[in-house]
Order: sequence, then C-alpha cells, then structure tokens
Amino acid sequence: MIEILNVTKKFGDKVAVDNLSFNVVEGEILGFLGPNGAGKSTTMNIITGYLSATSGTAKIDGIDILENPIEAKRRIGFLPEIPPLYPEMTVKEYLGFVYELKECRFPKEQHLKEICDVVKIGDVYKRMIKNLSKGYRQRVGIAQALIGNPKVLIFDEPTIGLDPKQIIEIRNLIKMLGKEHTVILSTHILPEVQAVCDRIVVINKGKLVANEKTEDLILAVEGSRRLTAKIVGPEAEVLKMLKSTPGVRYAESIGKRDTDSISYIIESEDNVDVRKSLFFNLAKNNWPLIGLEGDELNLEDIFIRLIDKEKSDKKKRGAKKG
Amino acid sequence: MIAIYKRELKSYFLTPIGYVFCGMYLAVSGIIFSYTTLLAQSTSSLPTYFLMMIAVFAILIPLLTMKLFAEDRKTRTEQILLTTPVSLTGMVMGKYFAAVTVFGATFLVNSFNYILLFQYGEPNAGLILINILGLFLIGCAFIAIGVFLSSLTENQLIAAVSSICVIVVFLALFFVVDKIGVEWVRVFLKWFSILDRYRPFTIELLDITAVVYFISLTAVFLFLTVRVYEKRRWS
Repeated sequence: MIEILNVTKKFGDKVAVDNLSFNVVEGEILGFLGPNGAGKSTTMNIITGYLSATSGTAKIDGIDILENPIEAKRRIGFLPEIPPLYPEMTVKEYLGFVYELKECRFPKEQHLKEICDVVKIGDVYKRMIKNLSKGYRQRVGIAQALIGNPKVLIFDEPTIGLDPKQIIEIRNLIKMLGKEHTVILSTHILPEVQAVCDRIVVINKGKLVANEKTEDLILAVEGSRRLTAKIVGPEAEVLKMLKSTPGVRYAESIGKRDTDSISYIIESEDNVDVRKSLFFNLAKNNWPLIGLEGDELNLEDIFIRLIDKEKSDKKKRGAKKG
Repeated sequence: MIAIYKRELKSYFLTPIGYVFCGMYLAVSGIIFSYTTLLAQSTSSLPTYFLMMIAVFAILIPLLTMKLFAEDRKTRTEQILLTTPVSLTGMVMGKYFAAVTVFGATFLVNSFNYILLFQYGEPNAGLILINILGLFLIGCAFIAIGVFLSSLTENQLIAAVSSICVIVVFLALFFVVDKIGVEWVRVFLKWFSILDRYRPFTIELLDITAVVYFISLTAVFLFLTVRVYEKRRWS
C-alpha cells in the first residue's frame, strides 16, 4: 500500500533521512519508532507530500507522491504532530472546511456525523476549537484525517500530551481504524506499539534499524532479562544461592527496600527464563519470595540493544570478509 | 481552492482584521474625500484624492494580507493545506481572492462617495470611472505584494511591515527616479515606478500599457508566492 524506496532527505548538510526503504501492506498497522530527531516526522512529511525527498520515491497505492500529488494525497489522511486546527472556527465549520478541501463526494451531513461518532466529538460539535481541551483537539485532528475515508492514515505521535485515560481511548480508536485502513503510527512509547501495531519499523539518525513483526522484535531484544526480586532471608546466603542458580549471569543485592525483605537484581543469560528455578530454590530453603518484577523494556533499551546488535553484526560481517 | 477562499473570507470576519480594515479604509478615505472635494468645493482636486488613496492603500492593504500565509505557517495549519488534494496555485489563488474580495467590497462601498459629487456639481464621470479601475488594479497588485511577503515569514508583524516597506519603495521611486543621472538606471527604475505608471489615469487617459503592467505585477508576485512554497518543500 505504501512503498518507501531509498528515500533520502537533506536539510542543507544535515541528513535527516538516510536511504530509507520499507513497505506497508494493506490493512496493516505499522509502528514507526525512533528517538526524538530520528527523522520520523520528516519521513511522514515526505509520504504525505508536505516535503519532497532529496532522492528516492514514496508511493501510495502505486501512485508516486511527486508525479501525481493530487491523486496520492486523496488516498491519505494525515494527523501531523501539531493538529492543524483553526482556533477561531467551530468544530462543525472546521470539519466542513476540510470536507470541501478534500473535495469529498460522500453525503456531507451523514459522513461528518459518522466520523464524529467514531472519534466521539459529537458533544463539542458546535463549540469553538480554541475552547476545547487538548484531548478533544487531538480527536478533531483525527476526525479531520478520516474525512473522505482515505485508504491510508498517518498519525504523527497521536497520544503525546494526553492523559492516561485519553491515551487508552485514542489507542483503541486507532486499533479500530486499523481494521479498515492502512495505518502508520509514529511514537516513542513502546507499550503503545505493543498494544496497537502489527509491525514495527525502527529508525535512528535517519537510518533503518529494524523492520520486524512486533512479537519478533520484542522477542529479539528481550533475550536477556533483568529481574528485581524481594526475598526474606539471610543476605549472603541468598546471594550465594542466586549466583549458583543455573542460567543466572549476574546477581547483586541492592539492600533493604522493605521492612523485612532484601532486594536483589538478577540478570539471566540470553533466552533463559530463570523465574521457575529461582522460585523452587528459594522454596527449598524456606526463604519467602515476596516480590518478583521483570524490568519493563523501554524504547531506550530496545535502541541500545538494536544498535549494539547492528554494530556487532557489522563487526562479524567484517571479520568474515577479512 | 474554493474551500480555502471561503475559509479565509470567513476568517476575516471571525477575527477583527476584516472589520478593522473596512472601518479604517472607509473612515480615512471619507476624511480625505471630504477635505479634497466637498470642503474644497471643487472637483478639480479629485486626482489628489486618488493619489492620496494609493498612499493609504500602502498602509492598509498589508493589514489585510499579513496573516494569509504567515499565520498558517506559524500555527502549522499549512500542513493540512499542503497534504490535501489542493494544488499550490489553488491554495495561493484561494487566499489571494479572499483578500481581493474584502478589499473589493470595501472599495465598492467607498465608491458611493462619488455619487455625492453629482449632487453638488458636475464632476468628470470619465475621470472617476477610469480612476476607479486604476485604483482597484493597484489595490490588487499591492495585495499580491503583501501575499508574497506574507509567505516568506511566520511573523505577521514582519509580513505587514515588510509589505509596507516594499510598497513604499515602489511609490517613492516616483520622487527619486528623475534625479538619477545614469540613464539606463533611470529607465530601469522608472519601469517599476507605480506612480509614473498611474499618472495617465489622473488626466483621464485609460493607459492600456499601465493596465497590463498592474496585472503583470500582480501575476508576478502571485507566481513568486507559488514558487516560495514549491521551494520550501525541497529545502
């Protein structure tokens, strides 16, 4: 549905996107991940025709955005990082304006009403945009993208700055939209991607770092796990036992964090789950395990690991060549 | 294009700018008109009124054009205009004609002033009609200049001030050009002097070259505005 081929974008000497290629299949929700300044927004702006790539092509539904921008843009609904809203207009006027701007052919009243129902902005329909809360503005932004029922939806950090309840609502909304549309969703929040996306493309400094199914990517970087355990028992002996448990690479006491338990950090070897043997060993010694938490992997970890992996892969390849 | 035209037109009157422009235009024009014609009890000074109105346009029209592109750029609403199926030319023309409509409507209302003259004397109807056309074309050209400068910045104030400056330079050439010694420079600059071009209108001469000149000036600045947006995509 969306084909990005060797896209490079330079701002002066600075390379924002560097020879990036990936495809999005019809009906897929693609998570577009990267730290700030990685080139996510630039890439999205190129796909939507707001910017032109220095070299390379972007095709929507087989139509080149540069060769036939009008037709390509007809197939895209875009929510930029800052929703493009006119504060002095009411929601109704604004959506009416976008409807005309996109030259829709659906029956106007009905089409707008359906969209308002989907994004739940019916109750602010006649209010001025400048008086709306951030969450509602974001929804109006999404509504704007949905007008004309485009095949492709592109959302640039749609949940940024929203409260947790709104985040969940917007996520569910995107998930629902993903059933009928092809969606690209940029974000730097990992749980969001895990919750919503089928596939993840990770970029860093404008370069593709990973392009994999969500489960595969999480698995690939989750190999080695860090656990924090709270155990009641004599510190030295517990630590000794932990270190001798098969599969544990590293264990360290981080002292008392509770009234009676001592916390330990345990790192397992790649692709080994030590939690079961840990539990049985502790039970054998009558040391109650009162808490066990896996460290949530966050985007930073994924990056560090992906980038490290890339570096070591390169080294390996280099070694082979040599 | 029509959607953008309608939105811009509406937005002039959702914000105070439209009212400020119409009010100021009619008030200033009315004062100048009464001093030059009615109170002077003569219609021979009408050309003075027309020339003074050009100076008034130089200040007022940038108020009308300053927000057209600068505001969209600042609030990032241009992203919706540039990512929906609208051509760049369509976008520029939509905004341009919205400003022309507000200007034209005020201009039309203002033209009722001339009817008063017929109550008190026998003014030269031909002169009035020719100058109505001339002033309107100059207004349209100034709007195009303002539109262009608005597309260069995201600050409305800078857009307005720079438009005023550019227009004033165009007007000031009239007073400077003849004092330049080098002939080719003089000829070259004279080409840009709007008031020199306008002079035939004040003596009841419909100068077709001047009409073409004003329309071309408008077209050039609108074309440049489209180019600004075209270029920004690439840089």
